[in-house]
Amino acid sequence: MFAGAAAFLASLLKAFVTGGIICAFGQVVMDFTRPTVTPGHVLVGYVTAGALLSALGLYQPLVELGGAGATIPLSGFGHSLAQGAISGARSAGLLGAFGGGVQATAAGIVAAVVFGYIMAVIFNPRG
Amino acid sequence: MLQAAKKLGKQTFKFDNPPVIVSYASIVGPMEGQGPFGKEFDYVLEDDLFGEKTWEKAESKMLRETLKLAVQKASTSPAEVDFLLAGDLLNQIVTSNFAARALGIPFLGLYGACSTMAEALALGAMLVDGGFAERVVLGTSSHHNTSERQFRYPTEQGVQRPLWAQWTVTGAGAVLLAREGKGPAVTRATVGKVLDLGVKDANDMGSAMAPAAADSLLCYFQDTGEEPEDYDLIVTGDLGSLGLKVARELLVRGGLAVGENFTDCGVLVYYPEQDVHAGGSGCGCSAVMLCGPILKRMEAGNYRRILLVGTGALMSPLTVQQGESIPALAHVVAIEKKGEG
Repeated sequence: MFAGAAAFLASLLKAFVTGGIICAFGQVVMDFTRPTVTPGHVLVGYVTAGALLSALGLYQPLVELGGAGATIPLSGFGHSLAQGAISGARSAGLLGAFGGGVQATAAGIVAAVVFGYIMAVIFNPRG
Repeated sequence: MLQAAKKLGKQTFKFDNPPVIVSYASIVGPMEGQGPFGKEFDYVLEDDLFGEKTWEKAESKMLRETLKLAVQKASTSPAEVDFLLAGDLLNQIVTSNFAARALGIPFLGLYGACSTMAEALALGAMLVDGGFAERVVLGTSSHHNTSERQFRYPTEQGVQRPLWAQWTVTGAGAVLLAREGKGPAVTRATVGKVLDLGVKDANDMGSAMAPAAADSLLCYFQDTGEEPEDYDLIVTGDLGSLGLKVARELLVRGGLAVGENFTDCGVLVYYPEQDVHAGGSGCGCSAVMLCGPILKRMEAGNYRRILLVGTGALMSPLTVQQGESIPALAHVVAIEKKGEG
């Protein structure tokens, strides 16, 4: 029981530190490159970097170490895209490479659409 | 070269019968109300929506009410005012257009970004001194949240501001200029040239505008033959702490030693503890500081002669995205108390 709780807390800590380091890196990049690098660049850059690292096999170890700390940041989305494209290519060839990425990330994309829609219905935009 | 009768030197104009600021009014947002001059504005909004559904509506209402208040304070009515001059920061100057819709005064819309208050004062004084108007009401406004979403990011996104960024003032200021009456008068104005030294950071408008402010001030003193010591206050619109430093250095290099009397509305309008970083900005910044604390001090006799240097950064969100640098403009307006020496 106690050992289970300790392992749980340890995984939380690992996720927190991994996710924190990934986000802090983006912050530092923006702080030292203003005004050239905008939040938009970081957003797109993280997805692309996540996909590239994933294709090279470098992102999966990070996910194994940090769990949600590595999958929740946008680089994790890039990782899912790349892994989906790779497995799609293996099973269905070239077309699978195009479709696989979206298949792998479909749950996330649909969740974003559904929850975005619900929020838009309930709340009024302010900004 | 032919020189116009009311022109002094290269870019300065002198008013033979200086139009009088017979009344002035200002309304500010909650944050400006908590600033060092919070008690010196006519009205402090409880919240920045001002009872409206959108910030844009709130800004327009704020400008409209400020203009109305200036007209009321002069014991006149909109029907007796010959021109309304107004401008703001939103696309197609909608804040001013919508305020003008409710006022029924012949309207000339202006855009000089944050220099608009000084532009309006110069043009209003020309209209009155030129014999085209007995009374001109003029005003400008800005609103933090309408500016954020137009010029920067949606506010919900919570994008961090760098330390050199300025905070757009929520506020509106208005002045009623008349040919005759009691109050300080607009005696001279220098219309500035658009300068661009290549600053591309839309968060660093102070540095972008400082050269224009220095250029117009140097021109004013050259054209008039006066010295900075002749003025109790030389106040720029919204250079912020960084831009003020740059402007001071440029003035010294240009051979003009400005002293303690040289400051900036953006530096004055908030307390440093209010965490706005480099200070205030926006059309409302110089408008509320002029139409509140500064004109009140002239009325009280603390200041006799002042120079307002309206500073404007003339970019649009699109030009920033396309990587263009920021053109900047500054107009100088001299306001003096008549009589008593």
